[in-house]
Amino acid sequence: MTGQLLLFAFLAAVTIVCGVAMILADNPVRSALYLVLVLFSVALLFLTLHAVFIAAVQIIVYAGAIMVLFIFVIMLLNLGTPERIVDRLKPQQALGPILGVVFVILLAFIISSLPTGKHPPLSNTLVGPYEIGMNLFTANWIFPFEIVSILLLVAAVGAVMLAKKRI
Amino acid sequence: MPIPLDYYLILSAALFTIGVVGVLIKRNPIVIFMCVELMLNAVNLTFVAFSRYHSDIGGQMMVIFVMAVAAAEVAVGLGILVSIFRNRASINVDEIDLMKG
Repeated sequence: MTGQLLLFAFLAAVTIVCGVAMILADNPVRSALYLVLVLFSVALLFLTLHAVFIAAVQIIVYAGAIMVLFIFVIMLLNLGTPERIVDRLKPQQALGPILGVVFVILLAFIISSLPTGKHPPLSNTLVGPYEIGMNLFTANWIFPFEIVSILLLVAAVGAVMLAKKRI
Repeated sequence: MPIPLDYYLILSAALFTIGVVGVLIKRNPIVIFMCVELMLNAVNLTFVAFSRYHSDIGGQMMVIFVMAVAAAEVAVGLGILVSIFRNRASINVDEIDLMKG
């Protein structure tokens, strides 16, 4: 079963390379496009974890709705061309990546020393819309679901309040 | 043999760190927002991986809620950016220092 491992390695490489390219790009539009690639490969990683519904929602909500919002604001504010900014935080730009690499190595050591990570998955069932819906709309998760609906309403009203010139 | 859980956890740790470094070194608030989205996605990957390997659907429920909160956060954040841009004609994070933070 090295096919699974090869697929995982390919997706992980695409994710990491596009993530690094995203924070190295000067142009915000390019950053946004690299972020779309990262989101797609994370959706494919969700598929390798048998979470089909989450993968579909990832593509629809993140790569669809949220990225459209980002591109829209970049175009609206005319930030497509990078401006040379006088940077007062020069040491930060050198220190940040170094500390980031150190942090990743530290986390990898901690994770690989955990006892949980060596087992195979407990079951092989796909988690589709049926299972998600049965859990979301029954006693366990219905209350958080309602709270999130209120949160989304508040966010929509708040965004209009913030961005509108005159109410 | 299937892929160990460790691989997914290390991948999402690396993604999260890329997001953190991006927040630290970028000066454009829109790109900073994108890095925050990247961090949220890394956490979602951890949730889904644990959900599969421990056969507990609660992780995927949390992913749905994280996505809803991320959508709300992006809408409000970009609204704030638009109103800052309207008032100051610049959204460089180094120049937004009215609160002297």
